[in-house]
Amino acid sequence: MAANYEAGAALPELKVTPDRFLTVRYAGASGDFNPIHIDEEFAKSVGLPGRILHGLWSMAQVARAQTEAAGGPERLKALSVQFRGMGVLEQEVLVTSTVKAVEDGTATVAAEARQGETRIVRNAVAEIGLD
Amino acid sequence: MPVNTSAVGKEYPPITYAVGREKVKEYASAVGETNPLHLDPAAARAAGYDDVVAPPMFAVVYQSPAVMPGIFDPEVGINFAMMVHSGQDFRWERVVVAGEELTTRAKVASIEEKGGMGFYDFEVVTQDAGGATVCTGIWKMIVRGV
Repeated sequence: MAANYEAGAALPELKVTPDRFLTVRYAGASGDFNPIHIDEEFAKSVGLPGRILHGLWSMAQVARAQTEAAGGPERLKALSVQFRGMGVLEQEVLVTSTVKAVEDGTATVAAEARQGETRIVRNAVAEIGLD
Repeated sequence: MPVNTSAVGKEYPPITYAVGREKVKEYASAVGETNPLHLDPAAARAAGYDDVVAPPMFAVVYQSPAVMPGIFDPEVGINFAMMVHSGQDFRWERVVVAGEELTTRAKVASIEEKGGMGFYDFEVVTQDAGGATVCTGIWKMIVRGV
C-alpha cells in the first residue's frame, strides 16, 4: 500500500487525460455549471482558447495522487493549492509529488499538476497521516 | 476604487446537505477515482464503513452551496465577471460516508486589496449531525481591476 514517505522521496506520479466531455460530467457531479467549462462558443467569446478545466477537478487529481500513494482517502488530512494556468481538455495532466518532511506521524508533501509546460495547480501542500 | 471591507466577519445561513450514495459515486467517477471504497457499498462495508466513502474533495459538493451566497453578496461586492478562484485549502478531520447529513456555515474571513486586485477569502466549516467538525475550507477568490 503506502509509498515510501521519507523526506526528499518522490511519490508515484499520476497521469490522466481529460476527454472532451470531462468538464460536462464534472459540472454535473460538482454543481459548477460556469459556461467557461462547458460551452465552447461562450468560452471563446470571453477570450479563452476554448472550454477550460475546472480548477477544483485539477485539485482533485492532486488529491487522488495523494490518497492513492498513501493507501486510502482517510490518510489525506489537509490539502492547500493555488490555481494559475488554465487547464485544457484532451491533454495529459501530470501530478508530481515530493515528500518534504515527516514528523509525528504526519508527512508533508509538496505537489503540482501540469499539462506540458503549463502548471495548472501549483504550490500544493498536502498533509498525510501515516499512523 | 478601494475594496469595501465592511463585510469581513459576515456569516451566512447554514446549509444542510444529505450525502447520497449515487452522488458520491457520480462525483468519484467524474474525478477518476477507482478505489472501491467510493464506488461499491459492499467493499465499503467490508472495510468497516456504513456505506460508500466520499473522496476528500467531495467537500466541494457539500461546501459550495454555502459559500455561493457570500460570493454573490452585494455587500461583499465581488465583480463575478472579473473573479478567478485563485486558491483552495481543505482540512479534513475524518472521511464522510453516504447517509450522513452535514451542516455547513460560511463567513467572510478577509478582504484585502493588493496591486489593484481584490483578495476575498471565505472560511467554510462543515459539521456532522453530532456537531463535530468534519471539514474546514478556505475558498480564495481574486478580483482583477478593483
